[in-house]
Amino acid sequence: MPNPKERDEWAHAPFEAATIERLRALVADLDAGQRLWLSGFLAGSSGAVSAASAPSASATAQRSVATILYGSQSGNSERIARLLHDKFKERQVEATLLDMMDCKKAHLESAQRLIVIVSTHGDGDPPDRAMAFADFLSHPKGLRLGHLSYCVLALGDSSYEKFCETGRQFDARLEALGAKRFRPREECDVEFDLVARRWIDDVLTHVVASSNAGVQSNGEIAPRGGDAEIRSATVSTAHTRRNPFHAGILTNQRLTGRDSSKDVRHIELSLEDSHIRYEPGDAVGVVPKNRPDAVDALLNATAFRPQALVRVDSQETELRSALIEHFDIGPVTPALLQRYAAATGSSPLAELGRSPDAERRYLYGRHLVDLVREYPPAGLAEAAFAQLLRPLAPRLYSIASSQKSAPDEAHLTVSVVQYESFNAPRYGVVSNHLADLATDGASAPIYLHRNGGFRLPADPRTPIIMVGPGTGVAPFRAFVAERELTGAGGHNWLFYGDRQFASDFLYQAEWLDARKRGTLHRIDVAFSRDQAEKIYVQHRLRERGAELWAWLQEGANFYVCGDAERMAPDVHAALIDVARIHGALTEERALDYVTGLQRDRRYQKDVY
Amino acid sequence: MAAGEHVMPRALPLEELNPNERIKHGSRFLRGTLMETLADPVTGAVSEADGLLTKFFGIYQQDDRDQRDERRRSKLEPKYQFMARVRLPGGACTAAQWLALDGLARQYAGNTLRLTTRQTFQFHHVSKRNLRALIQGINAAGLDTIAACGDVNRNVICSANSLQSPAHAEVSRLAHDIGARLLPRTGAYREVFLGSPAPEPPPDDEEPMYGSTYLPRKFKIALAVPPQNDVDVFAHDLGFIAIVENGAILGYNVCVGGGMGMTHKASATFPRLSEVAGFCTPDEVPDVAEQTLCIQRDYGDRKDRAHARFKYTIEDRGLDWFREELAARRGRALQAARPFRFDSSADRLGWLQGADGHWHYTLFVENGRLADTAKRPLLTGLRAIASVHPGVFALTTNQNVTIAGVSEADRPAIEALLTSHGIANDGYISGIRQNSMACVALPTCALAMAEAERYLPSLVDKVEQIVSQAGLADDPITIRMSGCPNGCPRPYLAEIALVGKAPGRYNLYLGASANGDRLNALFRENIAEAEILTELDSLLRRYAAERTPGERFGDFTVRAAVVPAMVNGRDFQRAPDSSRSIG
Repeated sequence: MPNPKERDEWAHAPFEAATIERLRALVADLDAGQRLWLSGFLAGSSGAVSAASAPSASATAQRSVATILYGSQSGNSERIARLLHDKFKERQVEATLLDMMDCKKAHLESAQRLIVIVSTHGDGDPPDRAMAFADFLSHPKGLRLGHLSYCVLALGDSSYEKFCETGRQFDARLEALGAKRFRPREECDVEFDLVARRWIDDVLTHVVASSNAGVQSNGEIAPRGGDAEIRSATVSTAHTRRNPFHAGILTNQRLTGRDSSKDVRHIELSLEDSHIRYEPGDAVGVVPKNRPDAVDALLNATAFRPQALVRVDSQETELRSALIEHFDIGPVTPALLQRYAAATGSSPLAELGRSPDAERRYLYGRHLVDLVREYPPAGLAEAAFAQLLRPLAPRLYSIASSQKSAPDEAHLTVSVVQYESFNAPRYGVVSNHLADLATDGASAPIYLHRNGGFRLPADPRTPIIMVGPGTGVAPFRAFVAERELTGAGGHNWLFYGDRQFASDFLYQAEWLDARKRGTLHRIDVAFSRDQAEKIYVQHRLRERGAELWAWLQEGANFYVCGDAERMAPDVHAALIDVARIHGALTEERALDYVTGLQRDRRYQKDVY
Repeated sequence: MAAGEHVMPRALPLEELNPNERIKHGSRFLRGTLMETLADPVTGAVSEADGLLTKFFGIYQQDDRDQRDERRRSKLEPKYQFMARVRLPGGACTAAQWLALDGLARQYAGNTLRLTTRQTFQFHHVSKRNLRALIQGINAAGLDTIAACGDVNRNVICSANSLQSPAHAEVSRLAHDIGARLLPRTGAYREVFLGSPAPEPPPDDEEPMYGSTYLPRKFKIALAVPPQNDVDVFAHDLGFIAIVENGAILGYNVCVGGGMGMTHKASATFPRLSEVAGFCTPDEVPDVAEQTLCIQRDYGDRKDRAHARFKYTIEDRGLDWFREELAARRGRALQAARPFRFDSSADRLGWLQGADGHWHYTLFVENGRLADTAKRPLLTGLRAIASVHPGVFALTTNQNVTIAGVSEADRPAIEALLTSHGIANDGYISGIRQNSMACVALPTCALAMAEAERYLPSLVDKVEQIVSQAGLADDPITIRMSGCPNGCPRPYLAEIALVGKAPGRYNLYLGASANGDRLNALFRENIAEAEILTELDSLLRRYAAERTPGERFGDFTVRAAVVPAMVNGRDFQRAPDSSRSIG
């Protein structure tokens, strides 16, 4: 007998009643692992997924014989591309017209034949709209194009030194990635009309001739996504904190603008060969490691011998490496202070412990090294000292990507913690480790942390409201990508906030794109330092209270991610207010309503 | 288009015209969706169509191009910001207005003001959320920004300083009259930026003169008082040259069909000097201006914006056609043109006494940039002067400012402030620097292909070494740099012009006259600094050795056949003759 929640889910299933019964019986027999595998398999097989947006790579590639990919600044490349596209249409040949700005990895992977038209500007630069594509071709992250045949039309101005440079580079890059040139590159000067027309005729002849043959061979092309999914899903793995996966760093990109007071990074990890399968809402644990220079500073402040053996998890380890790998040497907690006071017999420290206020003031910004400098651990042996310390905790980062759009990647949004206290620079252990990693061969030890309490609604039609200021926006990047790729019909509403609009709007360009594509239906923002009064997301929630209430009445889920200390309680209070004011409820009923949302798992939090 | 063809481009169906025409027509007299896109807090930009409309209100959307690529990688939209240009017919403002604009620049516009080649102020670096406050501040000072850009008649310019002589005063009044007469009538500006209520029902005939599609392109008018041609009167769509006899203005020669802009390598585009079509009396001027603008409204090309300026209408249809068309519209012909003579297109820097005995100090402002630098706190210095000076600040079309109407008694106080702030012209300024001019270009201008304002001063440092070694340090030589070929700093009228092609690369043009009546010609294409300096070094040495008494550098390069005399703009876009070499 299915539980009530399950029944709920089936009620919205897009099947006939008889089919539902068969599926339900089938699913009931599966264990958890089998269900997981099946969900991954179905999610990955192209038949189950219908991309909702215009640049849907798989849908178009099925029928399309050629993809015409253009990068245009003044419109010339685009005009030629459109002309070619029209000619294809006249001949009833299915071709896809694609702006480089909209080109995703999947487009290249699913295309059979790629026709590139691109101009060169300034000092050999690509058009602005093709910059990202150029970057991508130079750092293609495991892209292989052995299946692809292509040709390039390069536009340029021969009075410049680097004539047709972009076309030449793209041509070379595509070749390097394994694609096969079906026609040599053509280069056009300022007067391009004639050359372009001849080129169009030539390409047309070639493609039309070979596509007739291609229709039959289409079926023989190995199905891409499906098989790969099967292989990866059948191998079970268990990367844990003790047995982390060493994920290569694909991208380490600052997200905050040059005037920002913060350094927030977008880090893309390679999951290739890890067999890690994650869902939106899941997090990645990063195994921490203290900076050796910070450990040495601590050792230098004491008389401890770095090679002295201490006990870690019932094993003997040298103190220095134990301090690097296993113990937290950062900010001192009240509990540590008390243990340290007891172990060293320091009466001033014991005194401090009796006044919580004085203790808080004393501990503010104080790291272990500051404590041992002021109150040396006299008479304390290395092993006893180590016993006092807390284990170094791993850091969890919400995954900011959907595995459906980036199957071998997990993206993290990392705020790099750096500040100064007691005349010394302090570094957040993991964030700085990640921020310092270069993209050439470096890796980070990670494991998957499932976060079942933070999940997209089972019914794709359910609207969602996402409140994610700062790095709290990370899982919502995954949510929106997932809902876009699965063609979920429910509307998506994001509340974002940070300090300054101009420099702290994480993933701004992507949100704008999603809004334009119609996959982010509403977005409200609050920037606290752009005006005299501080404005936060909770203010926007109250301002939009009537609509928010209407969304909740339509069954919307409500998600909050980010700061647990102040933001989440403020948002919680705002939500109660919205229920009270716009639902015309008493304070008590409003509270019940919000509690009810939590109980029904329609109000989920991922706060830290 | 063949002369005598009678199809008015304006009468063609909209679908056949440039997409901009459809946007204008569908904008409900420039309202578009500006209220909505200005209120959208998720982007610092307005929509593309709205960006076209804001130009009619003197507002350009720009972005910091220095940060463009970096922000793209950071997944941030470009650093959008707005430039707002004040409408200031005749280029003069009061001290109180100066103080107001200075305050707005400090509050909203990155602590800087820019004086333009069209005799007005530009604010840069204004964010969308501050845009309304800035525009309201400008209006509170009794000024506005309407029609400072867009496909309309732009800010009307005239020979600087109305206090200089009664003739200058009369020309300045005329600039105001023309400007007022040709101003768009739409209420959109007041509704969108000043909070006026929108009319109910929406009006359908707000622009009796312009109509719903306004002009095919911008339209520029200049008035000059000979012998100064500071306004470069031949560089504009429509020019009026005052004919002065014994201090009184008898009337104006009317010249039509000038304009600077072109596109590199597009031979159908070229700078063109206007031609004198005839003479009219002072009271006829506003009507001649309006009817000329209406001719362009009806006959200007509305399909190809690169061919839409009035200069191409005149080039294609001829001056006689224009004379007939104007006569038919006005019911009377222009009189025969009167003789006139221009000496120079430069400003006269420093103190100059006016006809009424008052003094006027023209302050050199390199490239029109008013900002506080360690060496020259121009913004603060001028603020101090505006706080005590009861007169007028007259902007020149060469990007300088004249502190105008200073009494003999007040002169020492002004001089003391100029000196104490270290902004006076006393420090040595070479002849070539005095006559240098650059457009804004990078990082804010969307059209720039190369640096201009940020680069020209350091290039001039190097050219100064050449001129001083050649003994030409005090000779006035005009040098103008433009980041693109569109010609805001009127580069094609400079004795030396550098027009940007790509970062660090310029076309070098030579041979314009010093009084604005002959264009220059392409000498070297796509060269970098080292080559620029090598060429100038050899040319300037040769000029010093071979010039005839009083001969200007531009005239010399033509006489010495370094470049041909560029008589017709249509010949401008031809490749330089590489066999011609000097030295």
